[in-house]
Amino acid sequence: MSFNIGGGGMRMGPRGALRDFGQEEEGKLFDGRLLVRMLAFLRPYRRRMLLAFALMLVATALTLLSPYLMKVAFDQAIASGDTAMLVRVSLALAASFAGLYVASAGQRYLLSWVGQRVLTDMRARLFRHLQRLGLGYHDTHIVGVTVSRVINDVAVINELLSQGLVTLIGDLLVLGGIIIVMLSMNARLALLTFSVMPLMILATYIFSRRARVAFRQTRATVAGIIATLAEQIGGMRVIQAYAQEEREAARFERANAANRDAHVAAMSLSLLFLPGVEFLGMLATAIVLWFGGRAVATEEVTLGVLVAFLAYVSRFFQPIQELSRLYTTLQSAMAGGEQVLRVLDEQPDVLDRPEPLYLDRVEGSVALRSVNFAYRPELPPILRNVDLTIQPGQTVALVGPTGAGKTSIANLVARFYDVTDGAVQVDGVDVREVAQRSLRQQMGLVSQDPFLFAGTVADNIRFGRPDATQEEMEEAARLANAHDFIRRLPQGYETEILEGGVNLSLGQRQLICIARAVLADPRLIIFDEATANVDTVTEALIHDALARLLAERTAIVIAHRLSTIRDADLICVIQDGAIVERGTHDELLARRGAYWRLLQESGVGDGRV
Amino acid sequence: MTREPIPTTNFNWTFLRRAYAYLRPYWKLTALAYFLALLITGLSVAIPQFIRWMVDEGIAGGNLSLLTQAVLALLGLTLLRGLFTFFQGQWSEVASQSVAYDVRNDIERQLLALSFSYHDRTESWQLLSRALQDVEYIRFLTGRATLRIVDAVILFVATAVVLFTMNWQLALLAMTTLPLITVVGLRFGSRYRPLSLAIQQQLGVLTTQLEQNLRGARVVKAFAQEPAEIERFDAENEHWFALSARAARLDSLNSPLMDFIANAGLAGVVGLGGWLAIRGQITVGELIAFTTYLGQLADPVRRLGIIIPALAMASSSAERIFTILDTQPDVASPPSPKRLSGVRGEVAFQNVSFAYDGSGPVLQNLTFTAKPGQIIALLGATGSGKTTVINLIPRLYDPTAGCVTLDGQDLRALPLDELRQQIGIVLQETMLFAASVRENIAYGRPDASEEEIIAAAKAAQAHDFIVGQLADGYDTVIGEKGTTLSGGQKQRLAIARALLTDPRILILDDATAAVDVETERRIQTALDTLMQGRTTFVIAHRLSTVRRADLILLLDEGRIAARGTHDELMAQSPLYREVYERQLE
Repeated sequence: MSFNIGGGGMRMGPRGALRDFGQEEEGKLFDGRLLVRMLAFLRPYRRRMLLAFALMLVATALTLLSPYLMKVAFDQAIASGDTAMLVRVSLALAASFAGLYVASAGQRYLLSWVGQRVLTDMRARLFRHLQRLGLGYHDTHIVGVTVSRVINDVAVINELLSQGLVTLIGDLLVLGGIIIVMLSMNARLALLTFSVMPLMILATYIFSRRARVAFRQTRATVAGIIATLAEQIGGMRVIQAYAQEEREAARFERANAANRDAHVAAMSLSLLFLPGVEFLGMLATAIVLWFGGRAVATEEVTLGVLVAFLAYVSRFFQPIQELSRLYTTLQSAMAGGEQVLRVLDEQPDVLDRPEPLYLDRVEGSVALRSVNFAYRPELPPILRNVDLTIQPGQTVALVGPTGAGKTSIANLVARFYDVTDGAVQVDGVDVREVAQRSLRQQMGLVSQDPFLFAGTVADNIRFGRPDATQEEMEEAARLANAHDFIRRLPQGYETEILEGGVNLSLGQRQLICIARAVLADPRLIIFDEATANVDTVTEALIHDALARLLAERTAIVIAHRLSTIRDADLICVIQDGAIVERGTHDELLARRGAYWRLLQESGVGDGRV
Repeated sequence: MTREPIPTTNFNWTFLRRAYAYLRPYWKLTALAYFLALLITGLSVAIPQFIRWMVDEGIAGGNLSLLTQAVLALLGLTLLRGLFTFFQGQWSEVASQSVAYDVRNDIERQLLALSFSYHDRTESWQLLSRALQDVEYIRFLTGRATLRIVDAVILFVATAVVLFTMNWQLALLAMTTLPLITVVGLRFGSRYRPLSLAIQQQLGVLTTQLEQNLRGARVVKAFAQEPAEIERFDAENEHWFALSARAARLDSLNSPLMDFIANAGLAGVVGLGGWLAIRGQITVGELIAFTTYLGQLADPVRRLGIIIPALAMASSSAERIFTILDTQPDVASPPSPKRLSGVRGEVAFQNVSFAYDGSGPVLQNLTFTAKPGQIIALLGATGSGKTTVINLIPRLYDPTAGCVTLDGQDLRALPLDELRQQIGIVLQETMLFAASVRENIAYGRPDASEEEIIAAAKAAQAHDFIVGQLADGYDTVIGEKGTTLSGGQKQRLAIARALLTDPRILILDDATAAVDVETERRIQTALDTLMQGRTTFVIAHRLSTVRRADLILLLDEGRIAARGTHDELMAQSPLYREVYERQLE
């Protein structure tokens, strides 16, 4: 009963981890349609499954055979002193065990193989599907949850598909077989023995119900420990600076104690259950011995039957327990399956049309024609009737308050979303006519929150052009003013970036993102300027690198800094989803309109808008 | 792509012994559990004898009253064994859970005590997950694992004695299969465990890759890198499959093999035993007892093979845990610190140099003095050493050379907690705890009165939004029911928190996160209130701060490139003018 703090869960950070431990999804117990769809994943491997099934039949038969052979040994060999018979029976017994080994090893291997294969296939398919889904999906789903779908839910489904179903059939066969054999050997004795069965089923049922609750409690307390530690690690500076170590330690001890107690409680349940099962098993044995013993004495049954019965009884209870475990598996697999299929059923909201156009290297003109846009039909429109033409090589700065629609314009040009009405054109071609891939290959993005992937600095710069040479990459870094600081990192370009880029400053991350865009050498740049502060020197480096990146390229800049805005060829002031003013910095200042007011309000002195 | 080799397992007795030492406070429970192991074994050995007796005397002898007595005794013994098993499990579980509890507490205290140079070196999350997982192995080691080994050995020896007393030839045949099972189990376990660990790790790699891909979905799409991402995911996914298939093969060949050996032993016993029975050397009851003994030994023996390799894992877990616990915090209070009283707040750096472990110098020979109540502004590029300077003041790190003094006393001679109570820190990235607003403000002074907390919040310009915008006012729990605070609000709570401790020394960052003009003005007002009468170190982003600073330190690659007041520096330092103009344009 160890709780599994898997390597997987932990890497997801606090949120992902909590979700894994705390959440228990209870689905419908059985949904036939769901099961059929899940079974389809087994289809490519049906030959192997059939073979596994056949081997299972053999194994079951052999399992049932051995107690019978024991009976023969006792009744026909030992009782009558037939040594030759004894040798034959012993050899037959050994042969049946050898056969059992081959059959069960084969079955086990085939089932695991198919199981892992299906798991790998499902994950690959989910991943591909996730790549097709638009940003609309990614915006509305928490990363940790989606990760949990691909990693955890899939594993649960697999457990049912590959192991569960076969176990179910196998267990039922064994159970049925034992019942038939016992009844045919001696019906009265068999029925007496079966009288323990209802007790067994009841005990198992009660136990699994209570155990579920208890183990859920243990998972919740593990989540508590992790949450506490995560917060403390995040806040270590504050804790130490305010000298509050004692209090934090006490807080942790409380979570820790709850965890210990929950585990002990859950363990107590198991500890009660196992001896209980053992006792019921012994009760069945006692029944066999008492009634059987009397029957042997009156020569109603032979000693061999008694021995065979004892052997069957010991094989009797395992399938019952397996079946109850299967019930839990089925339940969680149904819940997991529903979640996984829901992801697969999700339709990408931005789709290539059949036989799309492929863009070659574009000139770089961009036009928005009477664009209306809402993120979802039921939401109020974000953009209303926006018209904007950008000449190749021009830099357009979008300015305006948060929520005015600046980012939406950029998103539409990259076709992360489709317009509700109107059209977006690149080089005069509607972006919906064009293969997304060929459009985005012309495009580079430097986002507000400079996102770096886990991997080396070099991997990150190469992201848009994985085949770039070392020289090309370093040249890009140089142009982006990133080369100098990268060289000073412990391992230079090969420095591993820690999760979330914590070993780099915000400014450094921005410079790497710019280098990434420079190396990809796109015709169109979308630059979402960061609002957070970086120090003045780095700020200057970024500004300088940006000027180089934007030169010769068509650029849409969501701008916050006066210096960036002033350099633009065209400034558009966006308010409430519409362009309310456009022109150059000087023109707009002279007009003393929306732009001028915006600058006034934001206190130009700080250089931020 | 390079992949981590599959880890090997090695015993290290020193660490195992230290892990067992955690059982010491619970030695009574542990001793009782092991004592019960003896009783349980006794019963386990006795039960088949009852069966034999019953078959030979009761059934074959036709003594039916004996049969009844024997059956009842059998049930009674089983019940007793169940009872013993329950208490044995319970006590050993309590002991081992308590060990886990203690180890976790020790790890936690160590994490809290370790200085930042340690936290920098180690990826915190990795550290944490490792430690928690490792504790589980220690729990397993001190609990079930050892108990099962002891159980199995005792049962093995006791059964062997009984079997040999009954019939030595048959016993010899029966007992030879058992070591064989252990050997197979051991070989299997020592190959399977590391493989399953590698599978876990690979799943971790897969998870990270997926998570990164989802978080960076916008970048992936913008650079049209979906095919490359799929290719990379597939590679890791297939590697996971290859490892899993290998584990499956290993498992399917070996697990049934152990069953087979046990069964083959049974076939042998039936054959040889049957022959002996025919010749009248043993009774039929003895033969049945033999098969029962074999049946009840097979499982514990088989588990040995699985448990022993797990011990090797536990030993490497113990090693990792004790490595953490043995790390000496490099910043610690001196054994007999001088008491702090009546702090004036003069902070001086004397020839301070600093280097993080294993990298080049970050600060070189810094000397300056901050008089009580002065404002010191720190300017410079990323990596110039500003953050390091402010980290040295509350002793988050110690200087590599030179010393930092407070009122003329070396910081290293002062009690750490009292020193830190004199210092307030407000940085741009604000860390708040998932607790109520009140608790967050009172974080440094849990005993503060309601009036004091409100006064601090008012001075920090936070009172209005706490009362006006938060659902439960001061009782609002941050992070609960979607209560999220804006950057500006968090910053003001941090200011209130610092104000409440009334520190003599203040460390702050005057940058404001993206906030509107009004909020920005409020934060500035709050910061001004905060700075009054305190020695203040500011990482400066604004002209207003720089202008009123008593001393500006312009850092460049860990040295003071220029120092003075704003006017002095404007007149004398071209570098300062450059920085100044860039900021203002």
